[in-house]
Amino acid sequence: MRARIIVTLKSGVLDPQGEAIKNSLNALGFENINSVRQGKLFEIDIDEDDREKSLKSVKDMCRKLLVNQVIEKYSIELDDASKN
Amino acid sequence: MKSALIIFPGSNRDRDMIKAVKKISKKEPILVWHKETNLPDVDVIIIPGGFSYGDYLRSGAIAARSPIMKQIKQAAIKGVRILGVCNGFQILTEAGLLPGALMRNKSLHFVCKTVKLEVINNKSDFTAGYKKKQIINCPVAHHDGNFFADEKTLSEIEANEQVAFRYANGTNPNGSLNNIAGIFNKEKNVLGMMPHPENLIEKAHGGTDGRTLFESLLGVK
Repeated sequence: MRARIIVTLKSGVLDPQGEAIKNSLNALGFENINSVRQGKLFEIDIDEDDREKSLKSVKDMCRKLLVNQVIEKYSIELDDASKN
Repeated sequence: MKSALIIFPGSNRDRDMIKAVKKISKKEPILVWHKETNLPDVDVIIIPGGFSYGDYLRSGAIAARSPIMKQIKQAAIKGVRILGVCNGFQILTEAGLLPGALMRNKSLHFVCKTVKLEVINNKSDFTAGYKKKQIINCPVAHHDGNFFADEKTLSEIEANEQVAFRYANGTNPNGSLNNIAGIFNKEKNVLGMMPHPENLIEKAHGGTDGRTLFESLLGVK
């Protein structure tokens, strides 16, 4: 199973990098931007075919290491690797 | 007083810290590699600054999951004094021994300069040598020192008098909420701070304001 984990800053947490990217986009002429928030993407190939078990395992990874829940939130997408 | 200094791959302020401890207490700290699963019986544990694991994932995140951290958590519960400076502070927050998180500096710049700190709580084994509201000098050198906690956590930190030091006189170098430069745990036996007191302990450093912290912590005076 392949998992894609998207980690972003919680709303209300200042994102100076996102702000700098927005300013740079503005300078390139993209003036229609309300805001930019930067995040992280993890792609994890798991040796497990069962969706439930995979999801449980990935959630555990998020809680224990991948995500700092003081400042970040996450979402998980699962793809059955054999179909790709 | 016996002390241990924890070293991770990428620690780089460990030598300054060893010298400070040795110079002030006249005793060598015991050096403990992060992969150790046994912690020597000590009164003080110090986590020095640096860039453990190259700041991969988040500053301090991977070091906070090292084998030795289990022992450090147990020592914290027993009341052993634990000091984390700079990357050491980031590691202590990532390990859950201190509240909040240290984010990228608001300016996005790495800051390396001397700032002013106000001593907010001097009722601790770390800060007893300072006067309350005393303004001291202290060097900072970091990229991720911007202290953040949600509103509820921040008000608890303030209510429990967990703020040890605040950046003073408009010298907040990183955008930290409430100008927080260093915080204790609730029990006041764990202190994390971004500034480097070990780099201001003798005249050749340009001042000795950091020395007082080590004298208190190591029971020298």
